[in-house]
Amino acid sequence: MEILKINGLAKNFYLHNHGLEIKSCHNINLILNKGEFIGIVGPSGAGKSTVLKCINRSYLSTHGDIFYDSEAFGWINLATASEREILYLRNHEIGYVSQFLNVMPRTTAKEHVMNAIIDMGQNTEAAELNACEILSYFRLPENLWGIYPATFSGGERLRLNLAHAMIKNPRLLMLDEPTASLDDKTKILVKDMLIKLKDRNTSMIGIFHDIEFMEGVCDKVFNISDGAFLS
Amino acid sequence: MSLNETSVLSVKNLVVRYGSGCDACQESLEKNRCKLCGSVWAANDISLDVYPGEVLGIVGESGSGKTTLMRSLYFDFQPTSGSATLRDYKNSRKNIWDVSAAEQRLIKNTIMGMVYQSPALGLRMDYSAASNIAEKIIAAGSRNAGTMTKRAVELLEAVEIMTSRMNEAPKNFSGGMQQRVQISKALANNPALLLLDEVTTGLDLSVQAKVLDLIRRIKAKYGISILLVSHDLAVIRMLADRTIVMLDGKIAESGLTDQILEDPQHVYTQQLVHSLI
Ligand SMILES: Nc1ncnc2c1ncn2[C@@H]1O[C@H](COP(=O)(O)OP(=O)(O)OP(=O)(O)O)[C@@H](O)[C@H]1O
Ligand SMILES: Nc1ncnc2c1ncn2[C@@H]1O[C@H](COP(=O)(O)OP(=O)(O)O)[C@@H](O)[C@H]1O
Ligand SMILES: [Mg+2]
Ligand SMILES: [Mg+2]
Ligand SMILES: [Zn+2]
Repeated sequence: MEILKINGLAKNFYLHNHGLEIKSCHNINLILNKGEFIGIVGPSGAGKSTVLKCINRSYLSTHGDIFYDSEAFGWINLATASEREILYLRNHEIGYVSQFLNVMPRTTAKEHVMNAIIDMGQNTEAAELNACEILSYFRLPENLWGIYPATFSGGERLRLNLAHAMIKNPRLLMLDEPTASLDDKTKILVKDMLIKLKDRNTSMIGIFHDIEFMEGVCDKVFNISDGAFLS
Repeated sequence: MSLNETSVLSVKNLVVRYGSGCDACQESLEKNRCKLCGSVWAANDISLDVYPGEVLGIVGESGSGKTTLMRSLYFDFQPTSGSATLRDYKNSRKNIWDVSAAEQRLIKNTIMGMVYQSPALGLRMDYSAASNIAEKIIAAGSRNAGTMTKRAVELLEAVEIMTSRMNEAPKNFSGGMQQRVQISKALANNPALLLLDEVTTGLDLSVQAKVLDLIRRIKAKYGISILLVSHDLAVIRMLADRTIVMLDGKIAESGLTDQILEDPQHVYTQQLVHSLI
């Protein structure tokens, strides 16, 4: 059963000041089934992150449709849905994990994770319980919970970002290079977590660099340069 | 399910013009000023909606009309034309710029709270912090001194002003404290809509962080809708769900905040965002 259908997606950037049109991804056609995990590979600059950002609507698509079978609204085109619908979906159904930190100043790791659901109206006590549970689940060492994540290592940031996204229990999750700059030991940990997410039936699209890592996690691998799945 | 939300505030075609205007104004504007007749179009056809529980950010350079929009909404002056409706005032059926001054006072005191860019506009600097809050509560019709004091304590605690200082006048307070007193005053009557104009401008970074965190908590706790003006993109990034970019009294573009920051469409927004990176 399909959860996401991307048809003819293209994204161009018009940089007015430079009189420049930058063509990012083009003619992307992709189907993600429920509970499936698709890995995206391709050379630097090929438009991998662009595709994820168009799905998340951080970028406005130039051409094409991104149909998503939502729980709340049924099939909806993420390329053209209203801003309020997108905000609703981001709160309840769709998660995005980047390799970067995006935290409020003077917010501890635990508060950061709690805020994700406090912002949705959950009370502080329940949010704290949930945050502790999810931070343990993703094995962020407990002595880091109370400090500001600015000093976290790449692997710790990633686990924090995963916890921040997963506390809302999204059914569609996008991961932009979750294994970039991680050592082999941490990669195994991440692989473990992604398998756990799969067991929870989360549908996922992730950008990866090493094919080896994707074995045993990704069901399919999509090569963005030729717009087709690797066999 | 469909979202089908009613906006808390809906503004349509707001115009605030200084000067008499001429037939050729719109074709003769240099920034927001008509070259022929010299009229200034401080707000030039602004339309927007604020939805339940959201923070709508407004960014734009100095002079783009942000404060003009906010002060029109708070009835500080009568706009040239346009309409605004509130969900909580006659079910959005009446243009609030068309009702009597008495009705407008009622709206200000029960449905809206305002935090001005300059604290001197929002506070009586010589009255105590507690009296500033009491004044707002009285304006909404309450007369009970006991509940008023209780409410003042509660509000000042919420913004982390020590109650031991509630009888002091804001003129003795730091800029950050004054803004927090303004915020507590604005919240006094549980408004549905909070108008915040540059609340963190001019505060040092650690105080800014405190005020931002306070706004986040207020939003989460009271589910209040917020119109947040700032020229600081970092503030907008942290707090706003959606963002409107203003330029020369007009809306240059609007969208989800992360989209505005990461994929700006308008030449002005691109300059604004890219000059920061
Ligand atoms: N916000 C943007 N503004 C202008 N151009 C952009 C923007 N985002 C991406 N691009 C351009 O789109 C193209 C694709 O970028 P994208 O980040 O999607 O590549 P990528 O496949 O993720 O590359 P990498 O592996 O290096 O991260 C590049 O030419 C990039 O410069
Ligand atoms: N009372 C006034 N008389 C004439 N022009 C005014 C008046 N108030 C504001 N303006 C003009 O309207 C424009 C918008 O001002 P304002 O809304 O205060 O800008 P912002 O808050 O975005 O810095 C500016 O060009 C300003 O000079
Ligand atoms: Mg990338
Ligand atoms: Mg201003
Ligand atoms: Zn004119």
